[in-house]
Amino acid sequence: MSWGEKASMMWVCPVYLDPKPSIRKETLLKEYKQKNRCSKFIDRRFGEYDTKMAPEDKILQRFTMERQRVHEKKDVYNLNEEEELTHYGQSLAEMEKFNDVVNSDDESEEKGLLSAELTASHFGGGGGLLRKKALGEEEEGGQRAKSRQELIEELIQKSKQEKRERQVQREEAQELTEKLDQDWKNIQSLMVKKTPKADKQEEKPKLEEYDMMVRELGFEMKAQPSEKMKTPEELAKEEREKLQKLEADRLRRMMGEEVVEGAQSQIHFSADDLNDGFVLDKHDKKTLAYQDGKWNMGEEEEEEEEEDEAEDEEGEGESSEEQESDAEEDEVEEEEEEEEEEEEEEGSGEDDGHSDLESEQESENEEEEEASPKPKKTLSKEEVKAQQEAAKAELPYTFAAPESYNDLKDMLRGHTSDNQRLIVARTQKSNHPSLAVGNKLKLQKLFGFLLEYIGELATRSPPELSTIDKLIPEVYALCQMFPDAACKAMQSILGDAAHSMEETLEVKGHAAFPTLDMLIYLKVTALLFPTSDFRHPVTTPALLFISQALTKCPVRSLQDLTSGLVLCSLGVEYVSFSKRFLPELINFLVGTLHLAVQDKASLGYIVVPPFRASGKYSDLLVLSSSESCRSWSKKSLPLSATQQLDLGNDPDRDTHRLTCLSTCLDLVKRCCLLYKDLPSFTHIFQPIRTLLSKHLSTQTLPEPLQELSSEIVEAISSMPVTQSALVFDKRKPIPLKLLTPKIVEVLDYGKKRGSTREEREKERLKHKYKREFKGALREIRKDSRFLAREKLNEVMNRDAERKRKVKELMGSLATQEGEWKSLKRKKK
Amino acid sequence: MAPAKKRNVSSVKTAEKSAKKAKVDLSKTVERILESRKHANDVFDILESLQAEQEKEVISAVAACSELFCALLERKELFLGKLPGEEDALSGGYSAEDKYRIFMRHRYTSCVEILLEHLSHEQYDIKESAMCCLMKFAAGEGLHPLEDLDWSEHYSFPRELIQALVDNLLSKATDNSLLISRFQEFLEMEDVRYYVMSSIRDNVGKVMDKSKGAVVPVYQNNVFTLMSSISMPNQESELTNFMVKQEAKHEDWKAAKLHEHKRVFERMWLGFLKYKLPNSMYKKVLVILHDSILPYMSKPTLMIDFLTAAYEIGGAISLLALNGLFVLIHQHNLDYPDFYKKLYNLLEPSVFHVKYRARFFHLANVFLSSSHLPVYLVAAFAKRLARLALTAPPTALLIVLPFIYNLIRRHPSCRVLIHKPSAEDEPFEDPYLTDEEDPAQCRALESSLWEIKSLQKHYHPDVAKAALLINTPLSEQEDDISETLEVTTYELMEKDLKQPEIKSVPLEFETATRLLKGGGDVLGQHFCLA
Repeated sequence: MSWGEKASMMWVCPVYLDPKPSIRKETLLKEYKQKNRCSKFIDRRFGEYDTKMAPEDKILQRFTMERQRVHEKKDVYNLNEEEELTHYGQSLAEMEKFNDVVNSDDESEEKGLLSAELTASHFGGGGGLLRKKALGEEEEGGQRAKSRQELIEELIQKSKQEKRERQVQREEAQELTEKLDQDWKNIQSLMVKKTPKADKQEEKPKLEEYDMMVRELGFEMKAQPSEKMKTPEELAKEEREKLQKLEADRLRRMMGEEVVEGAQSQIHFSADDLNDGFVLDKHDKKTLAYQDGKWNMGEEEEEEEEEDEAEDEEGEGESSEEQESDAEEDEVEEEEEEEEEEEEEEGSGEDDGHSDLESEQESENEEEEEASPKPKKTLSKEEVKAQQEAAKAELPYTFAAPESYNDLKDMLRGHTSDNQRLIVARTQKSNHPSLAVGNKLKLQKLFGFLLEYIGELATRSPPELSTIDKLIPEVYALCQMFPDAACKAMQSILGDAAHSMEETLEVKGHAAFPTLDMLIYLKVTALLFPTSDFRHPVTTPALLFISQALTKCPVRSLQDLTSGLVLCSLGVEYVSFSKRFLPELINFLVGTLHLAVQDKASLGYIVVPPFRASGKYSDLLVLSSSESCRSWSKKSLPLSATQQLDLGNDPDRDTHRLTCLSTCLDLVKRCCLLYKDLPSFTHIFQPIRTLLSKHLSTQTLPEPLQELSSEIVEAISSMPVTQSALVFDKRKPIPLKLLTPKIVEVLDYGKKRGSTREEREKERLKHKYKREFKGALREIRKDSRFLAREKLNEVMNRDAERKRKVKELMGSLATQEGEWKSLKRKKK
Repeated sequence: MAPAKKRNVSSVKTAEKSAKKAKVDLSKTVERILESRKHANDVFDILESLQAEQEKEVISAVAACSELFCALLERKELFLGKLPGEEDALSGGYSAEDKYRIFMRHRYTSCVEILLEHLSHEQYDIKESAMCCLMKFAAGEGLHPLEDLDWSEHYSFPRELIQALVDNLLSKATDNSLLISRFQEFLEMEDVRYYVMSSIRDNVGKVMDKSKGAVVPVYQNNVFTLMSSISMPNQESELTNFMVKQEAKHEDWKAAKLHEHKRVFERMWLGFLKYKLPNSMYKKVLVILHDSILPYMSKPTLMIDFLTAAYEIGGAISLLALNGLFVLIHQHNLDYPDFYKKLYNLLEPSVFHVKYRARFFHLANVFLSSSHLPVYLVAAFAKRLARLALTAPPTALLIVLPFIYNLIRRHPSCRVLIHKPSAEDEPFEDPYLTDEEDPAQCRALESSLWEIKSLQKHYHPDVAKAALLINTPLSEQEDDISETLEVTTYELMEKDLKQPEIKSVPLEFETATRLLKGGGDVLGQHFCLA
């Protein structure tokens, strides 16, 4: 009131306020006093009941409010002076600092600025402070110059008009920009690879599309200049790095370490990969081009087509340009692609962007693998070309996926092996999982059928191994697509074979050597799955199968021996990387060498089953005449020799024996190298050493074999025979028992712990309730006590008052009486 | 065998009429003969068809014979006592009744002869029916003895008949195992078993003496089949099932006493085993020896000669002999010198490959479980096994490695084999002498188990893991090897094949292009496609 402020008074119902002892006097007492009344006085001055506010603040606030109220109705012509000008909730004053560069071209803001300045200039205001002064003077000035008022109105109208015009302009501009945006979008999708980051930004609805686009554009142009073409050296380096990474991964698995989730994808996925295993590679294009009857077209047309295709298959995967730019990323795909190209291409010297890259990679590959000499390849290319020419008229371009194994057989029947491969490849392409829903299953089945087909090819007589050879890349590709299905299919084959072998073993105690198809399956397993893993769902059983066959199948003929040697070679291949110890392999090789020993007396070593020291079949490799040693030269054995062997005469048989022996010796040599780090190397190879140095050296053998054997003996004897004694691994010392008390933070003392969370919560609530209840009770008691005291006070006060009054009355009466008596006395 | 029924059958099945006709005729004949004695000569028809070519005819004749003679036995229409010759009977002063009985008795004898011959017939059906028929006769004879009762020993049991039957069963030329397994059902009967056992003993003695100790594989196989199909009772009270019940003095009958059974059983086996056996027979005998022969012998120690001989043979036979020896050593206080030395020398690479691997390791585990064995011996065993493990298949390795660990656990002083900190850093040659036959001299304690260290690089993950255990001190708890004893390679394989959830299958990253490529090109170097 002291500030000239009207106190607003109001009749309200009494409100029960929190009874606190300190404020009891102000609340309860008041209430008590108002008990039988029905009206109340409330102070509605600003912040009157707000105890938190400092008195100065209160006063200041009240003052400003008073001022505002005063000004409220006076500002007739003030457009937008007093209140703060904002734009999108932001102060314009702030914006004047121009700290937001991007919004600088926003016109609406500019307008706001302009008008503020205008008004300020017209009203003679300079800054924010001056303006207030002007306002103060306005009252006098407004009346003083009437002609000026018109001017002002004019000005206002003008500014409003301007405003409108600007709005129209802006709308137009917006339309144009929108159109521009649209166009840009179209182009942009063609030109630049979208980053996933951009997608995320788009999701935010707050930001304007245009702004975002601009910003994005800015960033992209700055951060991602198109990558320069890599030099061959760089490519080679990257290739090697990638291989090194894969190698490291393989090593890790070999050691049997736990596989870290997510870190195990061997195949690099590009950012745009749809993760469906679809590879848009050259092969596709070839087929398509071929489909149009332009198989042999020059490079221009080819490229045109490629472009068309890129557009056609936009949704599918990378376009050709992307492929080029991502060449280094998609190496696995590239490799595959290039392999296929190597075989598929007719070698017309066509020269697109890839060729140099590929040749580089090719040479790199060759360094890595040290295999497949080039001249041979070109030769085969020409052959392939010729065959393709021939088949051109016959082969359709799309194939339905075979529903059953017989379908596949029908499909492939009567075709050359190259065409069979083409058919399978085309089936695979035309039934790609991304094309239709059921295709995945179909292709998974196709893998199983292909395996079955391979088995059948191997069991034919004569076995059609070259066709199998041709089909291998397809099988590999399918396997890469569906590792799980491939694993299942392979496992069932191995399981069946092992089971049947186990059954014959139970009945007869020995089994026949696995047939050629099984040998091929084992080889295919090694091609499809890593053999070096510590434990692998396919290769571990496969290795067990090999070992089982090597221990349980007695050698009764040269065929058996050849099968055994194939199994040994497979065994060596399986462990060549991991250098794992395969005892059965050594046993079998010892047994094989033993077969070549002429004099079986005083052996000095022990032969392990399935071989016997002596018996019907223990002389299988003994030469019938030493003549054959001279004419013998090393030749590769055909795999079909495991099934049937036509060796009519003794010289032929001797040649075969010597070849087997040389294979065996070579395998022994490889084993020597593989196992040279084993602590028991000398004991493992002791029988071989005895055999070679004591028995076989006395026999006449061809020169190369003699050399090989002496090499092996040398290698074995050069190994150190001494070993340091075994000790346990050093372990971390067990830490001493710690005697520091364990400190447990106890949050609520005296409460039983260890109960469940809910129970504890319940306990806590109960406790709280009790406390509150008690508190409330205490408060109520205090209240009543207080009230009683007040009442007593009241009564006392009243009594005292009454006493005083009675006294007074009595006093006055007494004086009256006295006066009267004195008067009476006087009268008397 | 009601004739009426037979007729019915034959009328229904017209196609088989001719075949059935003989049968019908025969049963009619039997009926006639039994009806009145004037048709007695028809018995020759039956005996004739008994020797017929056709299988069916013979079988029906056998049936007819059994019906006829069983009935006659029951009616006591066969001559009792010592049978006079046929001519004597005619000329001698016998009554017509006696003459008839003598005649029939002669027919019965010839019928039995024919049937015994049939026991070596090619057709199994004939053999079987002949055997059954003979057993029926035996039962009949037991009830109505043809001879004067021999109360002293065999009572009324038809001993001769059984003896003849056994003699024919144990053929020297054909494998009668099928027939013998059919015969097994008769061996359930205590008295039959008793007399069969004693017949076998007599027969074996006769035959083997004749062959002068040489091996007669088929015969011995038959004998073994018959003997192994004998299942002995465990308690005297189980002796209840008799073919021939003796009314009088049953208690005194030898066939009714368990110890007599055991004695005969023992003598039968010893009689069989004292001759030279083929190697496969040794195995067969040894396999069943410990649980179906030794417990039923009255003096099992008598087997020691056989077992020692078998143990000396070597190889799988020695392994098997272990089991019997173990029973003798363990339960009958047999003292076998150099037992452990021999056991040590049994350890050869082949123990991991033989069929009886599980049994051997089970026993070896038992033998070596004693904590009173000298340390040098245990160390020698551990080292020897480790050395052999270098040639063992994974299934065997999964037995051997825990086996070795158990040895070391039981004898903590053997820990030097895997932990020798004093000799660290100074390499030395393995002092272990492989060819030393005496475990005391082989210097195993000075060696270390480098073999297990090598096996840490074994290709099978389970084996490698098991071998890795020697890198740290072994746990106190012994491994239970009984679970791994019978694991086959296929079961081991299934562990990987049947893995339920494979997270993701690692794939080969080197692209496969050709069949023979990859993996170091070992295959490609030595083999070509065509």
